[in-house]
Amino acid sequence: MAGMQPKSQGERGLWWLLAIPFAGLLFPGLYAHAEPSLFGLPFFYWYQFAWLLISAALTAIVYLRAR
Amino acid sequence: MKLDLVSLLVFLGFFALVTVLGFYAGQWRRGDLAQLHEWGLGGRRFGVIVSWFLIGGDLYTAYTLIAVPALVFGAGAAGFFAVPYTILAYPIMFVVMPRLWNVSKVHNFVTPADFVRGRYGSDRLALAIALTGILATMPYIALQLVGIQVVIGAMGVTGSGLASDLPLVIAFIILAAYTYTSGLRAPAMIAFVKDLMIYVAILAAIIIIPTKLGGFGPVFAAATAHFANKVPPVGATILGPKGYWSYATLALGSAMALFLYPHAITAVLSAARVDVVKRNAALLPAYSLLLGLVALLGYVAIAAGVPVSAPSQVVPALFKAFFPSWFVGFAFAAIAIGALVPAAVMSIAAANLWTRSVYVAYLKPSASDAEESSMAKLSSLVVKFGALAFIIWVPTQYAINLQLLGGIWILQTFPAIVVGLYRRWFHDAALLWGWAAGMLAGTLLSFSQGVKPTFAFSAGTHVIAPYIGLLALAVNLAVAAALTPVFDRAGIARQADLTSEADYADVRAAPA
Repeated sequence: MAGMQPKSQGERGLWWLLAIPFAGLLFPGLYAHAEPSLFGLPFFYWYQFAWLLISAALTAIVYLRAR
Repeated sequence: MKLDLVSLLVFLGFFALVTVLGFYAGQWRRGDLAQLHEWGLGGRRFGVIVSWFLIGGDLYTAYTLIAVPALVFGAGAAGFFAVPYTILAYPIMFVVMPRLWNVSKVHNFVTPADFVRGRYGSDRLALAIALTGILATMPYIALQLVGIQVVIGAMGVTGSGLASDLPLVIAFIILAAYTYTSGLRAPAMIAFVKDLMIYVAILAAIIIIPTKLGGFGPVFAAATAHFANKVPPVGATILGPKGYWSYATLALGSAMALFLYPHAITAVLSAARVDVVKRNAALLPAYSLLLGLVALLGYVAIAAGVPVSAPSQVVPALFKAFFPSWFVGFAFAAIAIGALVPAAVMSIAAANLWTRSVYVAYLKPSASDAEESSMAKLSSLVVKFGALAFIIWVPTQYAINLQLLGGIWILQTFPAIVVGLYRRWFHDAALLWGWAAGMLAGTLLSFSQGVKPTFAFSAGTHVIAPYIGLLALAVNLAVAAALTPVFDRAGIARQADLTSEADYADVRAAPA
């Protein structure tokens, strides 16, 4: 179909990695809890900070593999 | 409030430094500033590091650094949605922005409205996109001034009547002058200084202040107790089930909107290579970490019990309570300079939109490159002084409300820009009607809630309150999708597409 760049099957699968942070963050019921806390930070906060790192890492992986 | 002379001197010293940098920037990676892409996009020459500082300095504004902790201070966990928002914006940037960069490079598009005009051949649709961008950007510029006002006030610089606004006016005249002469090179160069200062100030605050309070455990215990004792109950340190919908939809909608803002696109298009855009999508979340830490300062302020007259005073009050005068001056300078970078990029972006989509498209189609560039320079001045007049004479709450509406409005350009980058399925006239319907629906829904970002309705037993921007976008897409076959069947001709599929693809560079 016009509009897509030619990509191998594997490369297209790789791009789905970028959807994972959305699944992790768009359902606050999953993480709106106080426990377990880490260094005094309630779960709600350190969970989201952790996703910050995971999301950046996934983006970097897709960038490096799709190059 | 007593005037703090040491703070003020340090503050003025840094302000003078960036002023010199701003004027010198015109000489940096020299180009012909009589060309719009040289003045307004820095000649598309910025590499990974410069772009990282420029985009980061542009998106994480002084207003953000003041408003996010203020929101957490007042409402608790709900204010933390800025963090998932600024995490999710980057996967979107990584997927979408390279296509926009590629096609803009091939056709010398300077704004998103330029792209829409090239893609759909419609001046009217481009005008709608341009006006939405200008409308969404103006109050944002005005709010940067609030950031400067807050720190100037906190240093004890006061006056009455017009004299009270004098420091702000001087700061803005300087900003306007070097933006006029140096274009996008000025905020790009200043962003280095600004962001390094912001990182130092915030890291110092987030390490030193909680340590003095006994760590984050006691900070959260104090904040939790504070919210529990509020009458009537407002906020909590852990998001309650009633807030789930708002939290998730505000994060998603804001993330989708971020790279539709003209100033974000200006910064992205100034990248030298498509690779620069992609790498920055992985590197920019470092700023989101900073934003998350700043947000926590809202709780720190509660735990420390610093005297705060208004929520916007949270960050300045914390610095004054815990740091020596010279460091307070340093941190305040970081915030004030932090206002200048986005204000400069925003005014350049708005000026580019005006010049290309209104002036050249409708008023003077025969304009030469030099005339185009000088019109942009001139209109950047008009935009800035318009924002200045707004903040001096109109209550700040109006600017805040307009900025909130701006987020809803800018999201209505999503079908034309983002969908348009992939498919040309929509008819341009249908996109225009969809846009109008989305703008109207978003504005009315927000006003019906007293100018709020979310719309509450009952779903069975419980109330959900999704982000209005997304609701309006659904209306927008539905109208555009319904009218496209209608216009096509009625034989209303589509204009030619100036772009071709190959223009969107990455040019595979030889391995370095």
